[in-house]
Parts: sequence; C-alpha cells; structure tokens
Amino acid sequence: MSALKIYVPRDAAARSMGADATAHAIAAEAERRGLEIQLIRNGSRGLLWLEPMVELEVAGGRYAYGPVQPQDAPSLLEAFQGAAGRAPQHPLAHGLTEKIPYLERQQRLTFARVGITDPTSLDDYLAHDGYRGLKAALAIPPAQIVEHVTASGLRGRGGAAFPAGIKWKTVLGAPGGQKYVVCNADEGDSGTFSDRMVMEGDPFVLIEGMTIAGLATGADRGYIYLRWEYPDARRALEAAIQAAYQAGFLGANVHGSGRPFDLEVRMGAGAYICGEETSLLESLEGKRGQVRFKPPLPALAGLFGKPTVINNVITFASVPIILDRGAEFYKNFGMGRSRGTLPLQLAGNVKRGGLIEVAFGMTLREILYDYGGGTLSGRPIRAVQVGGPLGAYMPESQFDTPLDYEAFAAQKAMLGHGGIVVFDDTVDMAAQARYAMEFCAIESCGKCTPCRIGSTRGVEVIDRLVAGENAGAQEVLLRDLCETMTYGSLCALGGLTPYPVVSCLNHFPEDFVKPKSAQASA
Amino acid sequence: MIPLKVERPSSLTSEEQAAVQRACDEWQDKPGALLPILHAVQDAIGFVPPDALEPIAKALNLSRAEVHGVVTFYHYFRTKRSGRHVVHLCRAEACQSLGAATLERHAKRSLGVDFHGTSADGAVTLEPVYCLGNCALGPALMIDEELKGRVSPERFDELMRSLRAEAR
Repeated sequence: MSALKIYVPRDAAARSMGADATAHAIAAEAERRGLEIQLIRNGSRGLLWLEPMVELEVAGGRYAYGPVQPQDAPSLLEAFQGAAGRAPQHPLAHGLTEKIPYLERQQRLTFARVGITDPTSLDDYLAHDGYRGLKAALAIPPAQIVEHVTASGLRGRGGAAFPAGIKWKTVLGAPGGQKYVVCNADEGDSGTFSDRMVMEGDPFVLIEGMTIAGLATGADRGYIYLRWEYPDARRALEAAIQAAYQAGFLGANVHGSGRPFDLEVRMGAGAYICGEETSLLESLEGKRGQVRFKPPLPALAGLFGKPTVINNVITFASVPIILDRGAEFYKNFGMGRSRGTLPLQLAGNVKRGGLIEVAFGMTLREILYDYGGGTLSGRPIRAVQVGGPLGAYMPESQFDTPLDYEAFAAQKAMLGHGGIVVFDDTVDMAAQARYAMEFCAIESCGKCTPCRIGSTRGVEVIDRLVAGENAGAQEVLLRDLCETMTYGSLCALGGLTPYPVVSCLNHFPEDFVKPKSAQASA
Repeated sequence: MIPLKVERPSSLTSEEQAAVQRACDEWQDKPGALLPILHAVQDAIGFVPPDALEPIAKALNLSRAEVHGVVTFYHYFRTKRSGRHVVHLCRAEACQSLGAATLERHAKRSLGVDFHGTSADGAVTLEPVYCLGNCALGPALMIDEELKGRVSPERFDELMRSLRAEAR
C-alpha cells in the first residue's frame, strides 16, 4: 500500500488552534501503527472554524476532518487505516472538502491554490498552473501586459479600489531609469487576513504577480513591506523567494528572458498608518511613517523618489491568473464597475468565520447567514463593521447591500479590503464609536491637525455625550468634528475615522443616550 | 578649552555593542537601512537600548535625534528590556466582538501590570496590538511569535502557567 497523503495546515490561524500538535500526534500515531503516511503542511482552506482541519487524499479527492485535536489522532488513523482507499468515516468527518457548501459555492481565482498545494514547494506551484501568467507576460511587450490588467477591471484590493492598470500605465510611462515595485503587505485592518493567508498558503503567486508588475513597468527591484505581526508569512515568503531565485524565476535573468527582477521582504514595526501607501514608502526608506502630500503620486515619485508601482498583496496575487486566463475571463466575474472576485474575510462573533472568495455582487446578508450561520454566541446580529477600523457599522436594514464598491459607497459605507466583523446584540455602539476615535489617536502619524488633535477631542466629546453632559450640543460638536476630519485630513486615517463614528450615531442613536446602568457591557 | 561634547561611556555590554555593530555592518550600505537595523538590534538584545542610537546614527550618517524619532514612532520597538516572554494582546474590533475587553482586564489583573509592563517575576511583558490577522478565531494573542486563538480568560491562565513553568 502506498503512503497515505494527509494534509495538516501550517497556516498561522490553524496553528493558533493547535495544528502543530495535531500534526505531531498524527505522525506519532502513524509510526505506532506502522502506517506509512506522507504528511503535507498545506495552507488553510479558509474554513477557519474547522481548524485544525485535516484532509486525507483518496481516489475520489480529499476528505475533510475537523477540528482535529491531538487526542483525535488515534481514532482518525484507525478510520484511515481501515478504509482501504474509500472515504473513512469518523465523527469529525465533513465529506469531500470540495463539496463542503462553504467552499463549493465560492469562486476561487486568487485563492485557487491556497490550501491545496504545499506552499514551500515550487514544483507543486508549477504543477498547479504556477508561473503560467509570467510566461504569458514574457511573450508580450510591457504595454500589452498593462492593457491586460486594465482590461480585466482589476481595482486595488487594499481598500481604495483604484484601477490597477491606470497605476501601472503611469509608472510605465514615467521617465527615469530606476523604478520599483512595492507590495503593501501591512494588512492592519481588524477583520482581515486574506493577505496573510495568501502569503502563508501560496507565496509564489505574490512573487509571480510582482515579477509581472516589474516586467510591465520596467521596474527591476521589488520590496514586500510586511507587518511584524505576521512572522509565519515572513518565513513563507523568504523561503519562496529563495526557491524562486534558485529556479531562475527571480534574479538577473527572469526565466531566461534576459530581464532582471530582484525581490526582498522588509519588516514593518507596528504602525497601522504604514498601510497608507506614502507612509509605507517613508517607512521603507527608513524614516518615521509619516504621510506624504500628494501630488506627486508614488507612480511618478515613489520609493526614493523614483516611479513606483505600489499595490496590495491581493492585487498582485490576482495578476497571474489574469495574464494566464485572459482579462475577459477575470472581468466576467463581478458586477458594475467591480470586476472579478473579492476574497472576503468573515470574522468576529460569527459561527463559521473564514475566507470567502466570491464574485462581487453577493449581498451582505448571504455572507452573514448562508456562509456565516449567524453569531458564535447564538444571539442576533446587531451590527457588522465592513472594511476595517475605518469602515462603517452597518445595521440589519443595510444587510441587503450587494458587495460592490459603489453600492457600499452609496450607503456611506465601504468595502475596503473585504473584512466583515460581526457583533451580536450585546455590543455597545457608543463604545465602538469611542474606540474608532481612540484608535485614530493611537495610530495617527501626527502630520495633520484634524487627525492628530481631532481624534483625541473626538474621544472626549463622545465621553461627554454618553455621560449626558449637554448631550444635544455634544452631538452637534461631534458631527462638526467629523466633518472637519473628513474634509481636512491628509489621508484616509483621519478622513475615514468619521465613518464608523457617524454610522454608530446614525444607526444606533439609542446607545448614546441610554443611562450607563442599562447598557450591556461591551 | 571647553569640550564640545562629553563622551559618556556606553552602558552596553561588549556583546551588545558587537550586536549593534553587526547590524550596522550588514545593512548600512543598503537602501532604507534603518528599520532593518533596529529590528536586528531588537532581535539580538531584546530591545533598542538608548546607547545603541549613537553608533547606528553614525553608521547611517543621521543625527541621534533622527534615529530616536524613528524608534519612538513605531509601537513595536521597545526602549526598555522586556520580560522573558512578550505577550501581544489584540485590542481590535474583531476580537472585541468576542470579549477582548474582558480578556484585557483579566490579563492586566492576573499579571498585575498595565500595558507595556512586566510581571513582577520577570516572566511576561504585556503589550497591546491592533490585529494579529486571526480575526475569525478571536480573541487572539501572540506569545513571542506564536499566535493563539479563542483565548478565554481560562486559556490565558493556562498559557501563562506554561510560560512560567518553562521559564524556571
């Protein structure tokens, strides 16, 4: 009998629930039974409530079991051993992984390989359509690569949704010798982890996407600016970069094309503001991460003053499939001006949290209930915050909003990087509004007054409002302050902090007037 | 003659001085070297000692004030020695929705510290963090570089007990 192929994720979220101990227990149990196994540490499939989710490969596909704790290893391997190539039965079984409705209904383009391949194996990457996008890009001139990206409708997935092709075209057309490709891997929004999952679960796709960006714009040097909070992603990226160099996919002669592209990882140091692109560039240059005035655009004067393509992880990771399958293929997913797919991240107080890559257009309600299954606590959903700490809190009446950049903007909300954080009915929305201001005060780079001072004043005003000190006047003051921050701040941190604050005020005014004693604790 | 500047002896041990020098030697000729140097120093020494600023500034042709400005801008860089382990506790929204505030109160009370403080036995330094990317499995925290999910106050106590046991 050939070795049983068993998958146990190496993803940090899976490891946070004990995947390493589970993997060790499985290996030890197999040895005890004299059972030959091949243990593969894959990325996570994104069904995070099932982590650690173990998979067994049999003739018909991969079968899922989870969450598997070390003490389940004996019974699991007992089942595996007795199944003789068929689907082993076990109380933790979920059937064929691909047929789990949560996964089956997704459209995985960017995440096509995540959870399927061994992220440390370049061979595995190549066997699963890896580097086909790069090969296609090498066969056409740079301007045509940019045209494909433009035609795909791909917009920046970091949150601002700026068309990627336009950015690339500006860099391609910019004069000057040295140009750079910079990946914004400073995924700081609460409720988001798609960048992390790609970097840990399929790091080569990011490397490939950045290499294509270099070819398209004439940049020969790339940096991945990674937040320190992601040590697993750092290890995965550094190993993958080394493998790509050894195989000639990076370096002086990319895949025999005669064109150079070098890539390295640089670590952030715990500053949310460094997710803002100009602040990130300052940080990469070795300075305080203070926001720059725009113009000049980074596309013309970016890193070290040179033309720079700067995009989010998911944006770059979506490029290989666009080059491989064609712009039309990608564009045919989605709605309106939001084309392609968005890897959503369902998080917070939710029964089935995880990674959900779907075409734009599904409603929030479908995600929350059909995928998420409601709250983990079993209580009603009261609010969801979409798009990170600068995103609006949405009440039940807005749950039918389709996931589309423009539809969210029309609701004074934003899709951002696709994080959805669920709160049950015990949440105190005044406390959430206060936290939004507090967070802005902690993370402000200090360059502009509305953000630096406004956020601190915002906390104070909310405190007085909730305490009922001349509440009517405080609310007027708070709304006025929010207006000043929105229109007077230099970047999105001060400019968007009013989104969560005002949405709390508008949709949950009762939380700001209730006597303290009647409030549920946050 | 009045000396323009009095050179104070460095409080760094010779090993620490060597670590700072190694970090500078490795990076100083590369673009954007300051953050990588600070990371290397903190990785080697456990924090960025004030007396490391002068040699770093010299290596990069910056003023000591510029280096100080960068160190203090970033939450991750520490200017004081930490405990044997650093626990980063997530305070962000996704973890809030599952009781991060309760966990924070519990952690502070049980360790007897506020954020940035070190427990009396020197085992644990408690730091806040704003998102660890484990938002579907909150509340989350990170012990050194190990991410943990679904951390109830009880699980927190277990984790701390095992840290203290291994520290002995």
